Amino acid sequence: MNLISIRDIDSKDIEGILDHAEKIDNGKATVDLDGKILATMFFEPSTRTKLSFQSAAMRCGMEVLDFSPGTSSLKKGESFADTLKTVEGYADALAIRHPKEGAVRLASTVIKKPVVNGGDGGNQHPTQTLIDLFSIKKTKGRIKDLNITLLGDLKHARTMRSLVYGLGMFGANVTLVSPSGLEMDKKYLEEVNDKFGLNVKIDNKPDYSDADVLYVCRIQAERFADPYEAQSVMEKFRIKKADLKDAKEDLVILHPLPKINEIESSIDEMPQAKYFEQAHYGIPLRQAVLDYILR
Amino acid sequence: MLKVDTIEMGTVVDHIKPGKGYKVLEILNIVEDYPHRVALMMHVPSKQGGTKDIVKIEGKIVDKSAADIIALISPGSTINIIKGEKVADKFKVELPDELENAGKCPNPNCITNSEKATNKFKKESESYRCYYCERIFKAEELV
Repeated sequence: MNLISIRDIDSKDIEGILDHAEKIDNGKATVDLDGKILATMFFEPSTRTKLSFQSAAMRCGMEVLDFSPGTSSLKKGESFADTLKTVEGYADALAIRHPKEGAVRLASTVIKKPVVNGGDGGNQHPTQTLIDLFSIKKTKGRIKDLNITLLGDLKHARTMRSLVYGLGMFGANVTLVSPSGLEMDKKYLEEVNDKFGLNVKIDNKPDYSDADVLYVCRIQAERFADPYEAQSVMEKFRIKKADLKDAKEDLVILHPLPKINEIESSIDEMPQAKYFEQAHYGIPLRQAVLDYILR
Repeated sequence: MLKVDTIEMGTVVDHIKPGKGYKVLEILNIVEDYPHRVALMMHVPSKQGGTKDIVKIEGKIVDKSAADIIALISPGSTINIIKGEKVADKFKVELPDELENAGKCPNPNCITNSEKATNKFKKESESYRCYYCERIFKAEELV
């Protein structure tokens, strides 16, 4: 079994993974994958995804092999496919991140061992989506009918694209707030709407007064031709402590991390800030995912 | 009236979208050193109204896989297979439900544009989704 795209799994499978992760997190279930080996192959930088895959694997009793592209035979010109065929012989499952979109799908056609997508270019990051859905369920008790605002660069963030799909699947009311020119692809929203009847609002002004969950992602300065415009837009979309006085008292703030300066650091200590818990939920969730792909 | 000789054995692609005839020749790999007679007629009046392009190619039989690619840029074109100066077979090109080992993903960041892979696209309404990068494209963008 592979996990490559959120499009590949239905709501029943997702609920199964989330329920299993909940039991693991509460100490009511364990995953025994003793004797198996996970290879982590990250062709792009990562802190949380790679380390939490490795930690999750170890907590399931697995051994971990870490592949480093910079010191591998890729430097001698070995192809991606040949590298995969080699590593396949050393491990029982592969967690892969790659800058090219579709690289993990290609991996699944080249090798027979299960693969899990740790992010492929601007396309998909399915385990992050599962962590996001898990975090919303953990902090709010449900997903359906919640008002969820996604704020930031919605054009380039793969986490946001996958998340909109998951939120559509589970019936949330979604508000998309982004600077002009960084809106989410309309074709993508049409697809989610066609499949799930997505209830979506689109705005260019940062307003989250109705939000039950505010999900923030980074706006990158390099997306703007004019550095002055970049600075003013980033300031306008920055979440400040003072702005939260108009927000719901039980608002939950999530972020896939790394955050740079899009959330004022004083917010980190507020009860609404749940992004570090969200990062920690990566462990039980990825344990459940490893069990799902190796079952 | 423009008149072009009949061909002995080959293919006539008719009802091509006006202006796309040269692209049909490109799809069929009809290049400078092609050794037989080829005619390209552009913006010919059509009996169904408007204009159309027509290509006549001596010595080449267009098969289903090539017809699928022609459909991407000009759905509704007709393929006439000519044998002994007569129409031996005639069919209309239609957008295929799936395309494999044909077309090219227009996304420069798709893995298929940097690694060896068999291109695959699946039809979703009038568009196509790349099996790898999952992006959706208009049919004509794949050629």
